Amino acid sequence: MTDRRRHHDMGGLEDGPVEIKEHTSEPWEKRVDAIRSLLSDEQRNMLSVDELRRAIEDLGAEAYDRYNYYERWMAAMTNILLEKKILGVDELGRKMAEVEARQGNKPL
Amino acid sequence: MSSDHHHDHGMYDSDPLHHHPPQPDLEDTPLTHHQIMQIAVGELLIEKNIISADELRAQIEFQDSITPARGAELVARAWSDDGFKGRLIADSKAAGDEIGMDVGPVPILVMENTPTVHNLIVCTLCSCYPRFLLGIPPDWYKSRSYRRRAISEPRKVLSEFGTDLNDSVEIKVHDSTADMRYMVLPMRPAGTDGMSEAELAGLVTRDCMIGVTVPEGPSKA
Repeated sequence: MTDRRRHHDMGGLEDGPVEIKEHTSEPWEKRVDAIRSLLSDEQRNMLSVDELRRAIEDLGAEAYDRYNYYERWMAAMTNILLEKKILGVDELGRKMAEVEARQGNKPL
Repeated sequence: MSSDHHHDHGMYDSDPLHHHPPQPDLEDTPLTHHQIMQIAVGELLIEKNIISADELRAQIEFQDSITPARGAELVARAWSDDGFKGRLIADSKAAGDEIGMDVGPVPILVMENTPTVHNLIVCTLCSCYPRFLLGIPPDWYKSRSYRRRAISEPRKVLSEFGTDLNDSVEIKVHDSTADMRYMVLPMRPAGTDGMSEAELAGLVTRDCMIGVTVPEGPSKA
């Protein structure tokens, strides 16, 4: 059965000792979490917990390993917004380029 | 901040090489791909009137206000009031409502530790966690090692947290899902008779509501 598991399904596998580390939220992580909560509330109902988990799993094993926790959330949440056509690929691409350019204009 | 680099460092700036502090300000570090994505998605959602900037700010403030003190309040009340404890175990949402506490949108089962049964929570598939009661999960809860091993060798995992249970104590591990989450109701420590609810709540740590530790009684000064 083990070979049929998907990458996120890791319960019961062997590993080393738990590294007991806390988490200090960075501002951008708090915003990811806040956007997720707002999209999931009763008023908007655009993103369920199950949908987010499915989208995180669909990022694939390679991205799952390479992205950190909130990066997975952000990528998965964005994919759902694109799937549902709440956002368009083109407008997102343009906006991301704009954000990046704005950053480039900042003084060092 | 000025748009060129000839800003004035003030009267103490005598360094002709124009030296900056070795630690850059957070805002000066380049944004990662996902951070750019976050800003872009946030701005688009605001432009489309799906969310507002005020809602975003309020949500972050709300998130910041949630600490394990909420879970501890429920535990201390349960320790002090058997009737409440029964209701908390039967229906945590209704019990929370009694004291004006929202336990969150996902149902939470409260698992009671006894002298013979110790409960531990994990989410092997992702990171489901009683966030409305305990805040954001620590990194170790989301770690591969914890997700992998909590269900197969819980006793060993507990010992890594300094918790060594007697072999006669059965350990029940509860694997959370998107639709069902858990919180552990620890056993009230000895030597706490006569303590107020607020004092009791002070003994209840996040980790003992996850089940990796057990609460300690008041230190004998």
